[in-house]
Amino acid sequence: MSDLINVSYDTQIPNNVGLSSDRRVLKALEKWHPGYLDWWNKLIPQKFQESFVYLRTAVSVDPKGWAKFDYVKMPEYRWGVLLAPEVESRTIPCGEHAGQPAWQEVPGEYRNMLKRLIVIQGDTEPASVEQQRLLALTAPSLYDMRNLFQVNVEEGRHLWAMVYLLHKYFGKDGREEADDLLRRQSGSEEAPRMLGAFNEETPDWLSFFMFTYFTDRDGKMQLESLAQSGFDPLSRTCRFMLTEEAHHMFVGETGVGRTIERTCQVMKENGIDDPTEVDRIRALGVIDLPLIQKKLNLHYTLSLDLFGQEVSTNAANAFNAGIKGRYMEHKIDDDHKLTNDTYTVWDLEDGKVVQKDVPALTAVNMRLRDDYTRDAMGGVKRWNKIIEKAGVDFELKLPHEAFNRKIGVFSGGLFDPEGKVVTGAEYDAEQANWLPTHADGDFIQSLMKPQYEQGKFAQWIAPPKVGIDNKTGDFEYVQLYMA
Amino acid sequence: MSKSIDFQTDPSQYRHWRVEYDGPVANLYMDVDEDGGLFEGYKLKLNSYDLSVDIELADIVQRMRFEHPEVKVVVMRSGKDRVFCSGANIRMLGGAEHGHKVNFCKFTNETRNTYEAAEDDSGQKYICAIRGACAGGGYELALACNHIMLTDDSTSSVSLPEVPLLAVLPGTGGLTRVTDKRRVRRDRADVFSSVEEGVRGKRAQEWGLVDEVISNSRFDATVDERAREFAARSAKPDVDKGIALTPIERHFDAGGVHYSLVEVAIDRDARTATVTLSGPDADAPATMDEVVAQGADFYLLRLARELDDAILHLRFNEPEIGIVSFHSQGDPAQVMAHEELLLANDEHWLAVEILAYWKRLLKRVDVTSRSLVAVVEHGSCFAGVLSELLFAADRSYMMEGEFEGDNRPTATVRLGAGNFGRYPMGNGLSRLETRFLGAPEMVEAARGRIGEPLEAEEADEAGLVTFILDDIDWEDEMRIFYEERASFSPDAMTAMEANLRFAGPETMETRIFGRLTAWQNWIFIRPNATGEDGALQRYGTGQRGEFDMRRV
Repeated sequence: MSDLINVSYDTQIPNNVGLSSDRRVLKALEKWHPGYLDWWNKLIPQKFQESFVYLRTAVSVDPKGWAKFDYVKMPEYRWGVLLAPEVESRTIPCGEHAGQPAWQEVPGEYRNMLKRLIVIQGDTEPASVEQQRLLALTAPSLYDMRNLFQVNVEEGRHLWAMVYLLHKYFGKDGREEADDLLRRQSGSEEAPRMLGAFNEETPDWLSFFMFTYFTDRDGKMQLESLAQSGFDPLSRTCRFMLTEEAHHMFVGETGVGRTIERTCQVMKENGIDDPTEVDRIRALGVIDLPLIQKKLNLHYTLSLDLFGQEVSTNAANAFNAGIKGRYMEHKIDDDHKLTNDTYTVWDLEDGKVVQKDVPALTAVNMRLRDDYTRDAMGGVKRWNKIIEKAGVDFELKLPHEAFNRKIGVFSGGLFDPEGKVVTGAEYDAEQANWLPTHADGDFIQSLMKPQYEQGKFAQWIAPPKVGIDNKTGDFEYVQLYMA
Repeated sequence: MSKSIDFQTDPSQYRHWRVEYDGPVANLYMDVDEDGGLFEGYKLKLNSYDLSVDIELADIVQRMRFEHPEVKVVVMRSGKDRVFCSGANIRMLGGAEHGHKVNFCKFTNETRNTYEAAEDDSGQKYICAIRGACAGGGYELALACNHIMLTDDSTSSVSLPEVPLLAVLPGTGGLTRVTDKRRVRRDRADVFSSVEEGVRGKRAQEWGLVDEVISNSRFDATVDERAREFAARSAKPDVDKGIALTPIERHFDAGGVHYSLVEVAIDRDARTATVTLSGPDADAPATMDEVVAQGADFYLLRLARELDDAILHLRFNEPEIGIVSFHSQGDPAQVMAHEELLLANDEHWLAVEILAYWKRLLKRVDVTSRSLVAVVEHGSCFAGVLSELLFAADRSYMMEGEFEGDNRPTATVRLGAGNFGRYPMGNGLSRLETRFLGAPEMVEAARGRIGEPLEAEEADEAGLVTFILDDIDWEDEMRIFYEERASFSPDAMTAMEANLRFAGPETMETRIFGRLTAWQNWIFIRPNATGEDGALQRYGTGQRGEFDMRRV
């Protein structure tokens, strides 16, 4: 990979965009590529760079090509540029241009808006890799380590996908933005990532699972709405990214699920019926269900903040311009313009949480967030099934959206997880029961011991039902490099 | 008002003015033909004017410079008995669309500025001899003259009745020239501008509104005497004969306007006009005698006249064209050679006139309310005076490096000595000085590179262009620029550009175009003036305008 002059871009960069004959993008990528490799190499600890990881690589977008499994060293991963196949005579799905042919080139009047959306989306992709860079050091199994790396390389590929759009369609500005995507670093004081949630370190594996379940799901919703874009190359890019994003959510959902499963199993084995017997449960080296609820409260509410303000002019503009649609826009039965519709949002009036109708166009963000909440509910139900099956009396719940918010109408007040207004004293008294404390963090940290032995799993987590690529859970997913 | 307006005319077509040439003195009579207005629906009574009157005046002033260089003093008079000029026609203003009013005022302002500057530029001094009522736009005609003489017949007066009568402003420089040029005390100016009947006789002189007040019996003789006197004192060299400003060649069709050196291509969907200037088709003449012999065919004069006409055409007849994109093709060395000949002979009357014309023309470009972009392509000739268009434009784009399948000479920008003060903007600074207001050393650095063909990277480093783009980016970036620009609100563009173009000091000129005009245009869209019951609409009905009395 160091001999860039001779890189055959059609083989080294799997693509379905005719890269080898696209002088503009080739020239831009030649300049950007070394910086990307440099970023990757500095990020992931050396011994993992040298390890062989059983990874899925997308080499084309047809069902045969999009998931090729093989051992690969991560720096040699073939990050590709892949767009979902073009839909013939696709039209702009929403806004004032609804029904007109989808744009194949950037419309000049929306260039800056589009660029901003792509840059924000692009900024989150490498950010999560940065947040998770040290997790492999405490991986509970080779299986989990492999999943982490799979998520990482795919976030890397999603960065490539956004960079490709910037290089291909946004000229000089686009190249500068692509460079800046590598310049910003999660948690950096100099140049932090654009969204606050992406500047927090992912300190442990439970956080990682929660992150991939809740925060990556926000990413999924954003991709879903960009997949509805009237700018066709963006839509096609995001549609393909969504096929990969599903795996990230799978990692999150099964990760939390396996943690719960293990906790319930150990409780039963030790005759503990009361899930609130926290000290006894913790002494057995598993994570108590109330703590899992607290982690859920935290990650869910942080993710809600990523949707921005309840009533948003930016979102309205993007929708009206036809460059960002709603979740499943094509399945919604309305005029797709929203000029006269209303939508119900939560608001705070005289210190009370109320629902009220606002113009639907300005509530596009809220609608997406409501879709997100519905989507996030599914996994929570499945987690509860695990608890129920184990015969433990406990139910996980998504907190009310007013709880623990830093952005939006609720950011100014104090609420309990049910959405009820509470006093400062009440909040202080209960906070430790609602959100993870530092002591909780210490406890989780104490469990984070690596388990690198093939087929073995850390005490706090159950093995998966099935492995990846129809392999078993004890398959050697990572051939660790031992210096 | 969708009829196409033509700015080309000649003395055989005049309906409103006549000129009597008498050696070094020209007597210019305003004698407006009531039925000679540009549009239906009003009569040009009492020597009131509309655009048709001003187009003729602009033509006269221009021909005075080129065809009558022997003239040293021009005396502006009325050809009517009891009225000098009653100003812009109110019914015309009442009926005109906002855009037309704005363009009309802009053009009349440019014409006033032109004859006002004639004394400094080429030694032609304008005297205004007022007998009869001289009101509003009439007094503004006088204010732009270099010397104002008023008869003391106890009825003739000067006035600016716009505010009390029409609820608008004297928008052709009136308010500004009273305070800035004539230095009338502001409290007196306030009184003067709020009384309908204006000021007569001695007081007019006392307040500085006119230069001389002369008893009626001696008025004509004194005016003649003064004209002779000024002519005798004039430093303007004697010139026997001018050159003829022959009709310019042009052809209109659906795609645009085609001149001999200027090509205007209109893309209505993109709301863009591409204006391509051709370089000279022959070497520069060796001497000014040859230039005189070529007359109106001399490259830089022909180009200026064609570009001038093209700009006015776009302003008045293509209101929906939001972007004017300047391009050029030709030999930059030849362009430079033509300009250098003039600069080397800037004592010669014709060199003086052509250079001064470019100064005026470039100012006309500066105040054109369209997004201006200059595009420096391969084979272009943005050299010397033509490179001023890069600095007049809101942005410029330049080709960098080789372009596939394009074997035209590599794009360059060349500066000439003329770029450093010969064509000042309304703010009194050169375009380069204005451009580099925050980095004067850049102007000096640029001066050191006069004559050098600067390719993209050098031009970029010297700060002469906004963006340089290579083969790979060019097409897409240009498309995006045009699309984005055309999508913005035309009002916001006009306002933004007008604010950004004129950094630096205020002058009377910038105050007229920036301050007076902006306020006037604001009033023009307010109901107090132009609403159904506004003063402008009700004028002549006997009813006063109804005002919304809230101050804004």
